[in-house]
Amino acid sequence: MFPLPLERLGHVGVNILYVVTGFFFGFMLEQAGFGNSRNLASQFYLRDMRVLKVMFTAIITAMLLLFALEVAGLIRPGTLYINPTHLWPGILGGFIFGVGFVIGGYCPGTSLVSAATLKLDGIFFVLGMVLGMLVFGETLPLFQAFFDASGAMGELTLPQVFGVSKGVVVVLVVALALGMFAAAEAVESYFRKKEGG
Amino acid sequence: MTRKMLPYLNPYVAGVLLGVVLTGSFLVFGHGLGASGGVATLTGTAQAALMPEHASRSSYLVGLVLSHEHPLDNWAVFEILGVALGGLVSGLISGRLRVETFRGPNLSVRARLGFALLGGAIAGFGVRLARGCTSSQALSGGAVLSAGSWAFMFAVFGGAYLFAWFVRKLWT
Repeated sequence: MFPLPLERLGHVGVNILYVVTGFFFGFMLEQAGFGNSRNLASQFYLRDMRVLKVMFTAIITAMLLLFALEVAGLIRPGTLYINPTHLWPGILGGFIFGVGFVIGGYCPGTSLVSAATLKLDGIFFVLGMVLGMLVFGETLPLFQAFFDASGAMGELTLPQVFGVSKGVVVVLVVALALGMFAAAEAVESYFRKKEGG
Repeated sequence: MTRKMLPYLNPYVAGVLLGVVLTGSFLVFGHGLGASGGVATLTGTAQAALMPEHASRSSYLVGLVLSHEHPLDNWAVFEILGVALGGLVSGLISGRLRVETFRGPNLSVRARLGFALLGGAIAGFGVRLARGCTSSQALSGGAVLSAGSWAFMFAVFGGAYLFAWFVRKLWT
């Protein structure tokens, strides 16, 4: 049964497992081309849809695997962490992050990989991120109520929102992803032809 | 480091492998991947060390740090240590470990670094407000169908696409 009983590993063992997990994560991000801000920014100018393809392939892969294991009864019910929904801070924060993403060319994970491979723009993005987080910490009292309570709905999932079973949402998410992949390929080939690249 | 630069992995293949890592994280730890949380914890730890007076008050970042008995004994810190190591090894074996600055064709290095710093600051503020980033919200929350994570994901793409036109000189 998953998740694994990690208590037996001890403190140090668990922390080593986190380093190993992070290692594979960072390795894959770099292999995907996300240590390079040009690859990431291209997503927003429709020339290279790599970000969307990698992200949604990863999401549907994990979603399908976890769903299958759950149906097979191999995951203890209610044990997987589901990010609580804080709707408006999430949407506003996401929007602000999106703006920072297209200006800076990275997101937090990819900037770490970029910095680790000695890209100066990645290092500056990480430094900027630290500054932004400090500013957030210092200014939070000004909008504490908004942060804590606005659109706070606790653990809320898409099946609950739409009032359908999880299986239906899983199928719809896969369909959405496949539709976006088809659109991404079409857009890329349009610009390849148009720009003769 | 003189090794020839290898091509990037096919995005769908990379996506499947990344999805397997994400699944592994859920199966081992019961939660997904994270990147911004580790950076926030390190930032708060540094702030607490450099400004102990200030830290005794209730800054959010410092509060985050003090919620752990040992500030650096936090899974997110170990995870980003691994992320940096994994990126380093991948870059090394693929011939991509070298000092350089990625930028648009019409932007100076100096300007690029300034915009990277600015973008990083805006992104850093945004991910704290949203309680997570592309990894901890979009990928992890997305895979377990969290409603808030999906709303976040569309907001990120919305913000980036809407703003892309205004900063097109940075990248094209």
